[in-house]
Amino acid sequence: MSAGTLAPGTVASPSETPRTVRRRPPAVTGRLGDIALRTSVPVLLLGLWAWGSGSGRIEERIFPSPWSVATTFVDLVRTGVLWDNLSVSIGRVALGFVIGGSLGLLLGTLAGLVRLGDQLLDPTLQMLRTIPFLAVAPLLILWFGIDERPKIIIIATAALFPLYLNTHSAVRNVDRKVLEAGRVFGLRGLALVRQVVLPEAIPGILVGLRVSLSVSLLALIVAELTNAPKGLGFLMTSAQQYYQTDVLVVIIVIYAVWGLSVDLIVRGIERVLLPYKHLGRSA
Amino acid sequence: MSGVHATGVVKRFGDRTILDGFSLDIAPGEFVALLGASGSGKTTFLRILAGLEDHDGGTVDAPGQRTVVFQEPRLVAAKRVRDNVLLGQRPTAQHRKAASAALAEVALAGQERAWPTTLSGGEAQRVALARALVRRPDLLLLDEPFAALDALTRIRMQALVADLVHEHRPAVLLVTHDVDEAILLADRVAVLQDGVVGVEVEVPFARPRRRGVAGFGDLRRRLLAELGVEETIGAA
Ligand SMILES: Nc1ncnc2c1ncn2[C@@H]1O[C@H](COP(=O)(O)OP(=O)(O)O)[C@@H](O)[C@H]1O
Ligand SMILES: [Mg+2]
Repeated sequence: MSAGTLAPGTVASPSETPRTVRRRPPAVTGRLGDIALRTSVPVLLLGLWAWGSGSGRIEERIFPSPWSVATTFVDLVRTGVLWDNLSVSIGRVALGFVIGGSLGLLLGTLAGLVRLGDQLLDPTLQMLRTIPFLAVAPLLILWFGIDERPKIIIIATAALFPLYLNTHSAVRNVDRKVLEAGRVFGLRGLALVRQVVLPEAIPGILVGLRVSLSVSLLALIVAELTNAPKGLGFLMTSAQQYYQTDVLVVIIVIYAVWGLSVDLIVRGIERVLLPYKHLGRSA
Repeated sequence: MSGVHATGVVKRFGDRTILDGFSLDIAPGEFVALLGASGSGKTTFLRILAGLEDHDGGTVDAPGQRTVVFQEPRLVAAKRVRDNVLLGQRPTAQHRKAASAALAEVALAGQERAWPTTLSGGEAQRVALARALVRRPDLLLLDEPFAALDALTRIRMQALVADLVHEHRPAVLLVTHDVDEAILLADRVAVLQDGVVGVEVEVPFARPRRRGVAGFGDLRRRLLAELGVEETIGAA
């Protein structure tokens, strides 16, 4: 999961994404052999877990067995409890991300393009981003109470900065020579932004998107751990109160799958928006 | 179509005067090469003609419809070849057809949907040439467009430009430090020295031109001498 690999304030250049790291030639060739090797360690760990639980070496109360986690998962799905809470969490992240992310994209583009915008916005945002957003959460909860608003604000704040920072630097670093070519061929103002600046900045913006989505998930977890009447975090808090370790593990796995989906979604978007990235020589 | 009239152009960067009363005319359909040492101000003058740079004195008249091929292709990586050729034009059916025709002219027929990153340096530069020609410019500005290409590709590109210019007949300003290139392509060669045009020479050779033609060596030596280069290599 990439949620932890990039801190919220990181500006990564597109070439630093893990995917473009060149792999060493595999020790075992052939597709089946490759898959077998890659899955061997996780399968071994799963086996150890099953063996430990079955033989009683892992106490069920401390860490539940694989089968009780599976049964609990099925129960949570069948009773509708899981979807009830998961859908609320997805809704919160979606709303918070749309607000914070689009603000970050907008401000980043503005500050990257216009000198005045840069002077007005960048120092402030650079200062604010040094505050860990998690530290502000208690204050927001005091201000806005325990309803939806503080949760959405926490997620939006978290989503804003990675997109702002990456968009800002991507837009600012668009090759000035290409920009000039656009101008020679009659592009001005918004047309230049739409036809040259944004297309050229997309790789950097997508790095921001990836970080932003990952950080939104962290923000969700924190936002829901206090006073949530519904949501994955609420499910977690109550499971903790009643010592339901099986429910806790199910939710942890769901968070992990969430993080993985974020990666897959961004890769999908990359494939659509940057079809040329996998082709040819160098950029 | 009134051609280029630059009179007494002055251009300063800080306290350095790069162009100091520079004058040059280019008639409609005429091909002028501007020779000069590196840093003499060739690009600066071309950029003034392109409207990319202001000047501090003198007058500059240039046709409205002018396009540029830079030393680098300067293609938008996120746009396919055809959309790069169409940059700044609306993608109407008519414009698309013109773009395909322009690509065919630079020997890139069928490459409309290719991505710039998959092209070689010479191919990318031909896309840049197609992008400049598709608008039927009255003035074509070429800023050392062959300098970054390998020697063989350069010769092919020079021939291609000679053909296409002959066909479309825009006024052309070719900025270069390559004396052979100037003589092969231009109707007239101007040498930029100390901020002014030091020497102007009509190129007397009939087209198509070849390096070996009688008088080529003399003209070449003369222009090199103007640039302060004496070409004798090896022990005397
Ligand atoms: N934007 C600029 N700011 C300051 N100096 C510049 C700028 N552009 C060009 N120059 C200087 O002007 C001189 C002429 O540059 P240029 O026209 O690019 O030369 P050429 O194309 O003949 O090699 C060089 O010394 C260059 O450093
Ligand atoms: Mg130059």
